[in-house]
Amino acid sequence: MSKLHVSTTVNGDAVEYLCDPRETLLDCLRDKLNLTGAKEGCGTGDCGACSVTVDGRLVCSCLMLGAEAEGKQIETVEGIADGDVLHPLQKKMIEYAALQCGICTPGILVAAKSLLEKNPNPTEEETRYWLAGNLCRCTGYDKIIRAVMDTAAELREAS
Amino acid sequence: MALDDRKSEFTFVGTRPDRPDGLDKVTGRAKFGADMSAPGMLHGAILRSPHAHARIVKIDTSKAEEHKDVKAIVTRADFADVPFKPGLEGEFWNVLENVMAGDKALYDGHAVAAVAATSALAARDALKLIEVEYDVLPHVTDVDKAMAADAPVIREGAADYSVPQGMHPNVVRYHESGHGDVEAGFAEADLVIEDSFVTEATHQGYIEPHACLGALGSDGKGELWCCTQGHWIVQKTCAALLGIETSQLRVTASEIGGGFGGKTTVFIEPVALALSRKANRPVKIVMSRSEVFRATGPTASASMDVKIGMKKDGTITAAQGIFRLQGGAFPGAPGDMTAMCAFAPYDLTNVRQVGYDVMSNRPKQAAYRAPGAPMGAFAVESVLDELCNQLDLDPVDVRLKNAAQEGTKASYGPRYERIGLVETLEAAKAHPHYSAPLEPGQGRGISCGFWFNHGGETSVSLALSEDGSAQVMVGTPDIGGSRASMALMAAEVLGIPYENIRVTIADTASLGYNDVSHGSRVTYASGLATIKAAKHAVEKLCERAAAKWGIPVDAVKWQDGCAVPSGPNAGDFDPMPLADITADMGRTGGPISGHFEATPEGAGVSFGTHIVDAEVDPETGKTSITRYTVIQDAGKAIHPTYVEGQFQGGAAQGIGWALNEEYIYGDDGRLQNSIFLDYRIPVASDLPMIDTVIVEVPNPGHPFGVRGVGETGIVPPLAAIANAVSNAAGVRMKQLPMSPPRILAALKANG
Repeated sequence: MSKLHVSTTVNGDAVEYLCDPRETLLDCLRDKLNLTGAKEGCGTGDCGACSVTVDGRLVCSCLMLGAEAEGKQIETVEGIADGDVLHPLQKKMIEYAALQCGICTPGILVAAKSLLEKNPNPTEEETRYWLAGNLCRCTGYDKIIRAVMDTAAELREAS
Repeated sequence: MALDDRKSEFTFVGTRPDRPDGLDKVTGRAKFGADMSAPGMLHGAILRSPHAHARIVKIDTSKAEEHKDVKAIVTRADFADVPFKPGLEGEFWNVLENVMAGDKALYDGHAVAAVAATSALAARDALKLIEVEYDVLPHVTDVDKAMAADAPVIREGAADYSVPQGMHPNVVRYHESGHGDVEAGFAEADLVIEDSFVTEATHQGYIEPHACLGALGSDGKGELWCCTQGHWIVQKTCAALLGIETSQLRVTASEIGGGFGGKTTVFIEPVALALSRKANRPVKIVMSRSEVFRATGPTASASMDVKIGMKKDGTITAAQGIFRLQGGAFPGAPGDMTAMCAFAPYDLTNVRQVGYDVMSNRPKQAAYRAPGAPMGAFAVESVLDELCNQLDLDPVDVRLKNAAQEGTKASYGPRYERIGLVETLEAAKAHPHYSAPLEPGQGRGISCGFWFNHGGETSVSLALSEDGSAQVMVGTPDIGGSRASMALMAAEVLGIPYENIRVTIADTASLGYNDVSHGSRVTYASGLATIKAAKHAVEKLCERAAAKWGIPVDAVKWQDGCAVPSGPNAGDFDPMPLADITADMGRTGGPISGHFEATPEGAGVSFGTHIVDAEVDPETGKTSITRYTVIQDAGKAIHPTYVEGQFQGGAAQGIGWALNEEYIYGDDGRLQNSIFLDYRIPVASDLPMIDTVIVEVPNPGHPFGVRGVGETGIVPPLAAIANAVSNAAGVRMKQLPMSPPRILAALKANG
C-alpha cells in the first residue's frame, strides 16, 4: 500500500510526513515527528493519555487517522509551555504533586487546558466530568482536581 | 544493624518541595518505555493463543518468513531450554514457559511465536501468516472448580512438598499457621459467625503498557531499555532465559508509567532480545492494552471461608480462615500471604489460617499492591462487621479492644515491635468523618488493614562535585516520587539544599544488585542506604577538614553542612562548608563519594484504618462513594504530599476492586473484557476527594523512622466499602466486585 503525504501544523510548526493509511495521528506524532509526549495507554479512546487538540477541539489522537490531520492545527503537550515559561496548569500539577508516575499527565494537561479555555470557573463536578476521559491509576484524582481548580482560580484572578 | 544514629528533629525531611522530575513530566519530555528508539530498529509483535488450554501440535512460520519486511521469527526453540541447567529451574523455568509457550498453550493470550519486522504494522501483518495447529484441551478458570476431583490437570508435578496427600494436582502450595485452640475458643464465644466470600481477579491497570527496546549480539553482549519496577531482576531473568552471562546484559529502566507490582517480572523483554539476536538489529516491542490484560500478571481470584467467635463485650475468642487463591497456570498465587495477613491486626489467643495456591487456565498472576492481603481483609473484616452489628457494638471500639500492639504475638507467628495500629484507630474515632451524620440510603464502613513491608537487597552510591552539589545513584525505579524522598534524606545528612542534589536511577552497569521497587521498600531501604551513603561521604569530608586544620579526625564533627570542631578542646576554627572542602578535593586526596549496600531487615510492618460512606441506589444497584478517609501509620513521612498520594491511590484502586473491576471469562475460557471500556477502572467523576491522616509512629528499624506506605492503603478498602454498602443496602455483600447487577440480585434475594 502506498503512503500518504500529509502537511499539517503542530504546535505552530509546519510539518510534513508520509503515513500508512492505517496509522493513527498518535502513531504519526510519536513515530514520524518524534513528539512522544502523547502516550498510547489503550488505543481505543478510553484512557485519554493521547489527548491533543485539533483545530481547538479535544480529541484522542489514537482515534484519528494520521491522514486526517491534513491542513489542521494540532496542539500537543509539548506546546503548552511558552518557551521556558510553564503554563500555570503545569506549575500547579508539580506544586500539588498531582502526578505520581506521570504517564497520564500529558493527556490531563491538554484536557484541563481545554476545559479552562471553555469554562474558566468550573465546579468540582464539572472538572471531574470533563476529566472523566483521562484515566489516572496512581493518584485517585484528588490532587489533580485540586490543581486544576486552583489554576482556574489563579487565572481568573489574573484576568 | 546498629541504629544509634536515629534522628527525630529534621530540617529537610517532612517538607514538601517540588519533585526533581516534575518539569520533564509536565512538558512531555520524560522518556517512558515506548518513547525510545534506536538506529536500524525493528518492531516486534507476538502471536498469542486464542485457546485457554491446548496442545501445540505444529507451528508453521514459512509464509511469514517469506514476507519481505520480516527479519526474524522466534518460537520456544530460540530460548535456553535445558530443563536441569542451573539457573533455569523453578521460577526461571516458569517465567520462560510464560513468556513463550512450550508444548501447551496454558491460557487465552499465551505467547506462542513472535516476529520482528521493519514496521509495527508489518510485524502485526506477519503474525497472520503464522499457522499454528492446536489440539484443544479441557480448561478450568475458577478456583473452586480447579480444585475439584474432575478438573483438568494444568501441569502434573507442579506441586511442592507443602501440599497434603490427596489434593488435586492443581493445588501446588499449601500454608497453615496459627496458635492456640480455635475449637476451645469458639466454645467460649457468645456469638460465632461463619461465612464464605469470593473476590474476582483484577488488574493493576497501570496506564503505560509494557514496552522495551532490546539489542543482543552474537557475542552475547546486550543492551535493554524497558519500563520495569526492577531492572536487575530483568537483567538476571533475561540472561537466564537467553543463556548469556548476567553481567553482559546492561539494562536501563525507563520512566515507569505505573506498575503497582505488575512490572516486577518480564513478559516481552526476553522476546525482544531473542528477536534481536536473530535479526542482528535492535527490536522494540510495545504491548497493546488487550495484550496487557490477557497476557501480563493480574491478581489472584479468591474463594474464602471465615469463622470468628466473639463475646458480648467484643472480645474475639477465636478466628479461623480458609483462603483458596488461583493465580493462573503457574505456581505463585499468594494464598500464604492472604492467610498470614488476614488476622494480623488483632491480638488473638486462638487463631488458625490456611492458604491454598491453585493453578488454572489464566495468565500467571503477578504482585498487585500488598498481594493477597486485600482479599483476606475483605472476608475477615466483613465477618467482624456482622458480629458488631448483631452484638450492637461500635466497630472501632471492637477493633481497639482486640488491636495488636507492641509485644503482641502476631497471627502469623512473631511478636510485634513498635506498631501504630491503635493510633490509627484512635485517629479514626476522633475524626469528624466517623461521627458525621449519614443521609438516608447511605451506610458507613470501616476496616483495618495490615501489610508486611520488605527490605531487600539495596545498593546506593553518592558522589560530591567540586561546586558542592551531590549526585545520588539509586537502583530502585521511581514509581511515585521517590527521587524527591531520596534527595530530602541526602540533604538532611549532608546539610546542603534539596535543590543541590540530583538523584538518578542508575542502570545495571553502574551499581550492584538492587531488588525491585516493591514491598513498600523504596523509601525504607533505598532511603536507609542513601542516608548511610551520605554519612559515608560525611566521614570523608570530616577527614579532609581535619587534615586542613591539622587536628585528629575524631575532633571534627558535621553540623548544618559544615565541618566544625567537635568541642572547645578541639581547637578554634570557623565552620568549613561542604563546598569549601569539595572545591579542592582533587588536591586533598581525590574524589569524595559515599557508598552503602546491605539487605536491611528492619522494614517493620504497617497498619491502616479506613472510613467509607457509600450510597446505594436501590433501583439501579449503583453505588456511589460519598466520603472516604484513609488513616495510616507512615512511621515518618519524608515527603508528606507523596505519602498522601500513596494513601489516595491505594484507596482509589480499592474502590475499583470493590465496586467494578473483574476479569470476566466466557465458557470458552477466553477473557471477555480486555479493554478499558469493558474493564472499567475508576474515573474522576466516580470518586470523591479522599481525605488522609498521616499517623507517625517511628519504625525502630530506620534511622529516620520510615515505614513503607505504598501497599497498605489497598488492604482496607475492599472490606470497608463492602461494610458500607452492606450497611446501606441492609444485606451482607459477600462477593466482589459489588457491581450493580450483584447488588440488585442481593436486594432482590433479601426481599
